[in-house]
Amino acid sequence: MAYVERSEIDPSIDAEEPLGSVGDFFALLKPRVMSLVIFTALTGMVMAPAGVHPILAVAALIAIAVGAGASGALNMWYDADIDKVMRRTRGRPVAAGRMAPGDALAFGAMLSVASVTFLGLATNWLAAGLLAFTIFFYAVVYTMWLKRWTPQNIVIGGAAGALPPVIGWAAVTGTVSIESLVLFAIIFLWTPPHFWALSLYKTEDYRRAGVPMLPVVAGAAATRRQILAYSVVMALAAMAPFVLGFAGIAYAVIAGVSGIAFVGLALRVYRSEANPAGERAARDLFAFSILYLFVLFAVLLVEALGFGGGLA
Amino acid sequence: MSLPVTESADMSEPSNEPVTPGDARSRRRRMRSIAIALALAAFVVLFYLVTIAKLGSNILQRPI
Repeated sequence: MAYVERSEIDPSIDAEEPLGSVGDFFALLKPRVMSLVIFTALTGMVMAPAGVHPILAVAALIAIAVGAGASGALNMWYDADIDKVMRRTRGRPVAAGRMAPGDALAFGAMLSVASVTFLGLATNWLAAGLLAFTIFFYAVVYTMWLKRWTPQNIVIGGAAGALPPVIGWAAVTGTVSIESLVLFAIIFLWTPPHFWALSLYKTEDYRRAGVPMLPVVAGAAATRRQILAYSVVMALAAMAPFVLGFAGIAYAVIAGVSGIAFVGLALRVYRSEANPAGERAARDLFAFSILYLFVLFAVLLVEALGFGGGLA
Repeated sequence: MSLPVTESADMSEPSNEPVTPGDARSRRRRMRSIAIALALAAFVVLFYLVTIAKLGSNILQRPI
């Protein structure tokens, strides 16, 4: 069968319309964010007090990961104008002009519908509904509304990133419980210090793009105060799994020590100023925050698998 | 826009043939088609496995 370019049929269609590569489509899924989503959703699934067929568990994880990726694609479609201006994001496929915006939109929309439907069929419709809500919240509430409107954008928008363990739990049990909500709370409270640390040393980028991040709107000093406040509350909330009895002593020790380290780094940021040392403090906190969340969920996962004496 | 891009498609056998933007575009489109085919095949397999896992032994217990 001969292949005919659309532009040969309809000359009004630009033959030079960018054609994203397979790698570009993969980049639309924000693979690094996706890996964190998979990890936290897996933790929620393993901690859930019910069994699930391994194939259904894998299918659920794939659906959750693809759903998260779909919301990333929709984000890159809508935010291409902002991404173009910011150094951190200007290499993204749509912003860099390597892909037609319509392709990113179609890709994200198609994967959203497919992932939600597949999760519903493979597990249950509560989990599917939560995944649909997560995609909607990230792509519409956060990306289209909050991000350009309020410095509280990542505080409220953080709910989308905090939902995967709740979805994982719901996929196994068909319910939303206090345990899964505690996991949600930890990620939710972790998000502001994580992103504000980044925005402290990317302030100019955000200002140029017109994104009202906290340092742009309220200044660096107010941001440092907020980082410290959220860090303290987050470190305390991270002890809840042990206090409520669904994590063991290993988790308590690691969450306690790493929480103190987190608050210590936040205190260093709080005391810092707008100079190279201050930027280094913010970069250190940002890097540590990723390690911190990974370690907390890794310990919960290991304990739930029965290696740490947590739930036994 | 005209060429010349000197990179060969096959690195093991360097060719003097220039790669035109049209060639690169066709290759990219072909790779996309292959990726879509693989994704669809994976989806079919996954759907089949999920169906079997959900039905389990019940698949043998239907009224005849």
